[in-house]
Amino acid sequence: MLRTEVPDRAQTDPPSERPPKIEVSRLSFFYGRTQALHDISLTIRERQITALIGPSGCGKSTFLRTLNRMNDVIEGARAEGSVTMDGAEILSPTVDVVALRRRVGMVFQRANPFPMSIFDNVAYGPRIHGLAGGSDLEGLVEESLTRAALWEEVKDKLRESAFGLSGGQQQRLCIARLLAVGPEVVLMDEPCSALDPISTLRIEELMHELQRRYTIVIVTHNMQQAARVSQETGFFLSGELIEVGPSAKVFTEPVDKRTEDYITGRFG
Amino acid sequence: MTTQAAPRPRLHYARRKAMNGLMWVFAVLAVLLAVLPLALVLTYVIIQGASAINWDFFTKLPKPVGETGGGAANALLGSLIIVGLASAFGLPIGILGGIYLAEFGNNRFAFTVRFAADVLAGVPAIVIGIFIWALVVIPMHGNSALAGGVALGVMMVPTVMRTTEELVRLVPRSLREASLALGASHWRTVLSIVLPAARGGVITGILLAIARIAGEAAPLLFTAGWSSYWSARLAGQPVPSLPILIFQYASSPYEDWHRLAWGSALVLVVLMLLLSAAARYVTRGKLRLVR
Repeated sequence: MLRTEVPDRAQTDPPSERPPKIEVSRLSFFYGRTQALHDISLTIRERQITALIGPSGCGKSTFLRTLNRMNDVIEGARAEGSVTMDGAEILSPTVDVVALRRRVGMVFQRANPFPMSIFDNVAYGPRIHGLAGGSDLEGLVEESLTRAALWEEVKDKLRESAFGLSGGQQQRLCIARLLAVGPEVVLMDEPCSALDPISTLRIEELMHELQRRYTIVIVTHNMQQAARVSQETGFFLSGELIEVGPSAKVFTEPVDKRTEDYITGRFG
Repeated sequence: MTTQAAPRPRLHYARRKAMNGLMWVFAVLAVLLAVLPLALVLTYVIIQGASAINWDFFTKLPKPVGETGGGAANALLGSLIIVGLASAFGLPIGILGGIYLAEFGNNRFAFTVRFAADVLAGVPAIVIGIFIWALVVIPMHGNSALAGGVALGVMMVPTVMRTTEELVRLVPRSLREASLALGASHWRTVLSIVLPAARGGVITGILLAIARIAGEAAPLLFTAGWSSYWSARLAGQPVPSLPILIFQYASSPYEDWHRLAWGSALVLVVLMLLLSAAARYVTRGKLRLVR
């Protein structure tokens, strides 16, 4: 395999002792003159799930998109501060964004499969990066689909259009597609907001599996979901990170009054 | 109160209904007026041209004055060569330019290009003919297929460029982001994801552009010229074409030449109908793209 196997430490280490994967320090973000993020500092630890919650427009998606520099696409967008992954700065203009995005994959709010076959969707990443060809590629596609818990459902129709799949299957296909390029971090931007409860459950089970190998950051509106799947939770409000800590603590005994108001449903 | 007020809404209703009917009649009349010229042109060309269409028309040269029969094969071949050359020049520039405008076109330069393309689309065909005459024909000392191809190619660029731009813009951002997030470069994303998604529409634009220039006579007058013999060379000799054949023969005093001109007109019209139908076929349901 092309991926280096990592020891399955996630099961044994307590959350706070896992090594940091991404360190965000004093990050501010601007769309033109509008400031979307104010002075965010946050540590994302390896091989666990970090959930970001908060009302719409609070900046959590913007934050997520700075971690793989997807905001570069937007004109007039500008970040200040520092984000390091494995100790290396990723905000600097000299960073190879293409290489960064290979290491930091992203799942979007709405499943966005390419208008091609299921196989070609998964093979797209390995093909553009020249990772595998021929039977190696077929093996990689199968492995990625298996990891995304989709293989059994699609193995007989790999050559059919990805649009024939259900919404939940499409989302898992998008996850398989990104696993195929061998990322270290998986960013998920409200991956279940367009899915029914059963598909949502399947994605959550899948996240639980993926956490053994990958560092996951998920943005969600669904607080039960954040509580169910994540080890750490950060609460965003108006572009500020109000509170961050172990999920069990944030959801049961939040320190900040605003966090408490939000999770008890008093606003947002 | 309520019993008194009841008849008034009913009156309003009757008036509204009458007005609606009247406007419907006007709209239908307008449509008929718009379609009528097309129908007349079509029937007239078919009636006049059908008698000229036979095997000889597609295989033989025009006969000299006084002899009956003959065909327009040389003009047909010439038109094919000129339109082929025009596509070879105009399509790459138009398509690549359109991609540039859609993908990188948020600056002053792109604004200027867009404006220039719109102006170019409105420049009279004869002016483009003179321009290419000065630019190509004079330095090359004579009419040629090459000059005609360049002239028609220039005419294709603005339409192809603007339709390509519009259709590339229509491709949803989520698709681009999916590709970029996988670590694909911008050009790779355009090539592998955006262009295939916009393919149907871009092909339609190309077909319509070809249909539009295939019947142009004005830009060919000074560039491709005219000849009543075979000419398959790209340069060094004038090349006959269907539109110029119509122009030359329709204004001649000979009945047989008139017949050839009508036949050529019919061939051109049918060609255009076919291209438009093909464009329709390619786009059927495709403009929705994905989501």
